[in-house]
Amino acid sequence: MELTGAQILLESLRREGVEVVFGFPGGAVIDIYDQLPHYPLRHVLVRHEQGAIHAADGYARATGKVGVCLVTSGPGATNTVTGIATAYMDSVPVVIITGQVPTPLIGNDAFQEVDIVGITRSCTKHNYLVKDVRDLARVIKEAFYLASTGRPGPVLIDLPKDVQTQLTEYKYPKTIKMRSYNPTYAPNPKQVAKVAEVLRKAKKPIIYAGGGVIASEASDDLAWLARALDIPVTATLMALGCFPADDPRWLGMLGMHGTYAANMAISHADLILAIGSRFDDRVTGKISEFAKNAKIVHIDIDPTSIQKNVAVHIPVVADCKSFLTALRDILEPALATEPAASHEAWTTKVSDWKAEKPLSYTQNETTIKPQFVVETISKLTKGEAVITTEVGQNQMWAAQFYAFTKPRSFISSGGLGTMGFGFPAAIGAQMAFPDRLVIDVAGDGSIQMCIQELATAVCYGLPVKIVILNNGYLGMVRQWQELFYKKNYCATCLDVAPDFVKLAEAYGAAGFRVTDPAKVESTLAEAFALPRPVIVDVVVDREENVAPMVPAGKSITEMILV
Amino acid sequence: MRHILSILVENEPGVLARVAGLFSGRGYNIETLNVAPTLTEGLSMMTITTTGDEAIIEQIVKQLRKLVTTLKVVDLTEVKSVQREMMLLRVDAEGQKRVEVLRIVDIFRCKVVDVSPDELVLEVTGNQEKLTALINLLQRIGIKEVARTGAVAMKRGMQE
Repeated sequence: MELTGAQILLESLRREGVEVVFGFPGGAVIDIYDQLPHYPLRHVLVRHEQGAIHAADGYARATGKVGVCLVTSGPGATNTVTGIATAYMDSVPVVIITGQVPTPLIGNDAFQEVDIVGITRSCTKHNYLVKDVRDLARVIKEAFYLASTGRPGPVLIDLPKDVQTQLTEYKYPKTIKMRSYNPTYAPNPKQVAKVAEVLRKAKKPIIYAGGGVIASEASDDLAWLARALDIPVTATLMALGCFPADDPRWLGMLGMHGTYAANMAISHADLILAIGSRFDDRVTGKISEFAKNAKIVHIDIDPTSIQKNVAVHIPVVADCKSFLTALRDILEPALATEPAASHEAWTTKVSDWKAEKPLSYTQNETTIKPQFVVETISKLTKGEAVITTEVGQNQMWAAQFYAFTKPRSFISSGGLGTMGFGFPAAIGAQMAFPDRLVIDVAGDGSIQMCIQELATAVCYGLPVKIVILNNGYLGMVRQWQELFYKKNYCATCLDVAPDFVKLAEAYGAAGFRVTDPAKVESTLAEAFALPRPVIVDVVVDREENVAPMVPAGKSITEMILV
Repeated sequence: MRHILSILVENEPGVLARVAGLFSGRGYNIETLNVAPTLTEGLSMMTITTTGDEAIIEQIVKQLRKLVTTLKVVDLTEVKSVQREMMLLRVDAEGQKRVEVLRIVDIFRCKVVDVSPDELVLEVTGNQEKLTALINLLQRIGIKEVARTGAVAMKRGMQE
């Protein structure tokens, strides 16, 4: 049967199992929108294209499925760039469809024309400009395949207006094989055997888990390994939730704002099992001082991540899940006959570090501490909500003080550090899980970067909760200025701010303000019980800092503790 | 150290930009670059010479392999290989100089591909050292213009 380009796109999305599309119309995509009502796709009309891409990203992180975003040419396309780079840095599967001016006009500086394929080449896993409608079905199939396999990432399809109306015979490929793209999933068995060997012999082992564990759905396998060999576990920001916070082996996050125990343990370990993590500078601190005495095992599906920042002793190119399964197949029978080397001295040492300097703060009777707010959220939701964050102090406190129990319940812009991400991402997660409690832990600075999406949340009845840790500052930058720039608080004070309660009400959402520590729990509980979008504006201690902190460029053992 | 990379890519729009963008975006340097179709329809061969320590070259090779449009990357510096580069030179050849230029043409097995009263255009093929030596010699006489292809290279048949 002959279909138009627009129909091919929508039918292919349906066949890929897409249920929700986050988008914003415009001249170059009207033909797609004209056909949209005929297809079983829920469209979420955002209020800014950046909201669309972040929502698609949040949807993808919460579900593991590919998020889809549809925008027009020119400014519609460029408005998604920050969100595309965000998804790229954090390896999130997203397909972005941008309209483009008709093919005869490409290159003519036509109205709303921009070379979005050129602009996004370095922040997409791959991108396409479809000039012939006969290529469209194959390109869509490839785009979903590329976005969701190997190391996941965003894929952009630029679709000129005339291609959307051209007719062609529609045949959607059932399977896809690309001669130039074959990600390695299965680990080399020899390498797995080596890893099993060193793990069994290690005296001071530690697991350093990254986002790859979540992406490959390997959390249970990781927990098995940690428990079978009694290995302490730390994780990156991207991997929070991959290991239950109530397990005694859990050390918390490591790195710049990691726990004392995690940073000490990784610095003193004799064996680091880095799995699905990439030795980011926020994790390693000064690279020449990082884990100098440890043997490093690194498992990653992306070969470029291995040997990039640190020298690795046993590299394994593999999907985390496949690796852990293969490792278990070796370890399980081996442990049955001969238990692993005991490392009780090590686990005791690690427990001591945990007890010695745990994450802490002191809540008084007058001023609300931001950490107390996050802990209260954690308590009220039993660690089972979907938490998104903005970027800065709010993000770090959420990472430190919320006790995550499940994977895909912490959604945060780790690599790019995009302020304005959390709220639209929460909208995406709430679209995926209408019945779950979705909470954006925000700052008064970040929330204003995509605040317009309140209209989206109200319009679609999405009961997202925004908890603003309001300190009247761009708090993380202020913290750096305090500690490293002689308290020169240049351009970080937000003394002119909207009344967030009135703002919420103006959009048709509910608003609360809390200033009294005694009212934090009751107000949050009331807000969480409302079946509508809510802003809770929590006025917190203005100059509270995130601790511990490793100054940029220092070794991660050099922590500023309070 | 200088490395020659042979990169087999899909011959489609934007491939060169992807490769070049990878080098510039990650702070690597392209010294020479050559692209041409192969015998297989739809595939092109790029030859890139670049410099860097082992870790950098390893990253470059891996990053190139990661590009969705790349089929194969070989570091020809790691195997026995032959390399050639072609160069055209416009040389001053007025009066007395003409004889000297022609003598050098002979020694270096160049070809004269264009003649005019006061200059000659020479074609020469060889490895980088040979071309450098020729340039050094001719500079004393006077080179007006140079155009080079950049290196192309191939693995030798018999490897140890």
